[in-house]
Amino acid sequence: MSPFSQYYTSLDHFSIIPAVMLALFGCAVLLFDFLIFPDPRQRKWLLIFVALAEVFTGYGLYQQQAWLAVNGVAEISGFGGSVTVDGFGIFFNWIFVAAAILVAVASYKYLETAGEHHGEYYGLILFAQCGMYFLATGTDLITLFIGLELMALCFYVMVGFLRSDKRSNEAAMKYLLLGAFSSGFLVYGFSVMYGIAGSTKLAEITMAIEARPAWDPVVFLALATTAVGLLFKIAAVPFHMWAPDAYEGAPVTVTAYLAVASKAASIAFLLRLFYYGPLAPARQAWEPMLAVVAVATLTIGNLAAINQTNIKRLLAYSSISHAGYMLLGLVAGNRTGINGILVYIMVYTFMTLGAFLVVAALRRKNIIGEDLDDFAGLMRKSPGYAVLMLIFLLSLAGIPPTAGFLGKYYIFLALIQTGHYALAVVATLYVAVAIYYYFKIVRSMFTRPEAEESPLASSFGLRLALGVSGVLTLVIGIYPEPFLKLAQGSLLR
Amino acid sequence: MPREYLPILIFLAIAIAFPVAAIAAARLIRPAAPFRTKLEAYECGIKAASDSRGRYTVRFYIIAILFVIFDVETIFLFPWAVRYKQLGWFGVAEVAVFLAILAVGYVWAFKKGALEWV
Repeated sequence: MSPFSQYYTSLDHFSIIPAVMLALFGCAVLLFDFLIFPDPRQRKWLLIFVALAEVFTGYGLYQQQAWLAVNGVAEISGFGGSVTVDGFGIFFNWIFVAAAILVAVASYKYLETAGEHHGEYYGLILFAQCGMYFLATGTDLITLFIGLELMALCFYVMVGFLRSDKRSNEAAMKYLLLGAFSSGFLVYGFSVMYGIAGSTKLAEITMAIEARPAWDPVVFLALATTAVGLLFKIAAVPFHMWAPDAYEGAPVTVTAYLAVASKAASIAFLLRLFYYGPLAPARQAWEPMLAVVAVATLTIGNLAAINQTNIKRLLAYSSISHAGYMLLGLVAGNRTGINGILVYIMVYTFMTLGAFLVVAALRRKNIIGEDLDDFAGLMRKSPGYAVLMLIFLLSLAGIPPTAGFLGKYYIFLALIQTGHYALAVVATLYVAVAIYYYFKIVRSMFTRPEAEESPLASSFGLRLALGVSGVLTLVIGIYPEPFLKLAQGSLLR
Repeated sequence: MPREYLPILIFLAIAIAFPVAAIAAARLIRPAAPFRTKLEAYECGIKAASDSRGRYTVRFYIIAILFVIFDVETIFLFPWAVRYKQLGWFGVAEVAVFLAILAVGYVWAFKKGALEWV
């Protein structure tokens, strides 16, 4: 008997092991930054610690998965039900691991070119991932909120990482102010839920809400305010205004991390509350609301993207529209729909990361490289990058045999299965709109002459991350079997 | 259920009415004879030299943030100190973890020159 056993069991610790690893290595990176690598040119070796952090985190996740399989149970419940590690949470955590390591590996050259390569960058990536861990596994309002804020605070700092760049500062300020405002709404919703149930545990709140009528005004108040906070985080219309500005101002690698990992974590949070959690009984109330939001998100996201000449803004609007597709999966709300969201978020991770990382390669000394014109003649200058970008854009548009097709397929299938024919037609039409603006980039790359001669800012890490993203985007599209099984096995019900 | 909230409502009404009544009564009764010396801040230090909304260095904020961190630290240590005997080694271990994380932050801030006033 250890002296702690009356307070915690070993299962409690087991349920948060990956997050502990991330926090430990985050602190280690902060210290080793000046203890071992005082010379700024050696800073990229901090990546070793990021890689180690992800290895240990991945090992923890693997152990948890094995434990679930061996004991034949659905979940590990830790700290009196505050943290619940289940297949769903583990699935999302694999996505965070992939996003964090790919972004970290690809960053150093870009940050060196921008003159802001600091050790804290890697620490912030790990701390943000620690917050995401609790967003995907938390089953207590307080745990979830602290996870959300830990993630968001790291992102506020990372968005403003280019200290001498006015756009970066402005983006960080906007994101901070609007993010704090939306968190306020979310906490208000949480307080109403607590008022309904007298508990912060999601399971108990679910029971309390089930006992009430479907259109109970108090439940609706909780639902509406929580939805505002969550829809802001996934950048759904009408709470999307921060996204293009924050995505444009932030360093491209941070934009990639923000667009992928933060969105995945928020989707996990959304599903946990709306589908598996306390707001599921109020389905009648939120289904029409989310349908309207999803269509508005698709409309604004796709139509606003047409006129963008800045690639980061264009991809920002495209990521808004992708959030719309994922919301449609939730509106359909059957098993296929939720499975579709999981497949979509997995696919979205690699194709969006890839597209942003190609933009990172265009940033060179004295060349910002974010404009549509900067892509001109890319095929002639560096065909490898051009072909990779083509793959990512095809996938973003949802054209087979790339992975993007698969994500959209399951969402549409779910919509048709549940009889949402009008929504399916609208969503399909917007795919056609999306092809138009994605192919503006393709046309620029393949048909126009190059505007300048300077070679791309390539580095081993960037090529590695791009290669992995590109291969996965193709493999998931061509041989989807194991990935579909992975997503299906992660569904709770 | 609404009946249980009635005392709060009454309390709220009184809480608003009392200061309003007091200020209104004072305004009706008191003689109003302002002059320059009387309107000056009384026994509140020296006269203000300029507008208080001027710009000052961001370092004050850094010091203030560091101060708040260590302030909060002591607040967390107090409950542990009160329950020290009952918590035993468990409490020591928990506080050690907490302090270790804070120490990392402190060392980092120190090395980054957050405490230097250049």
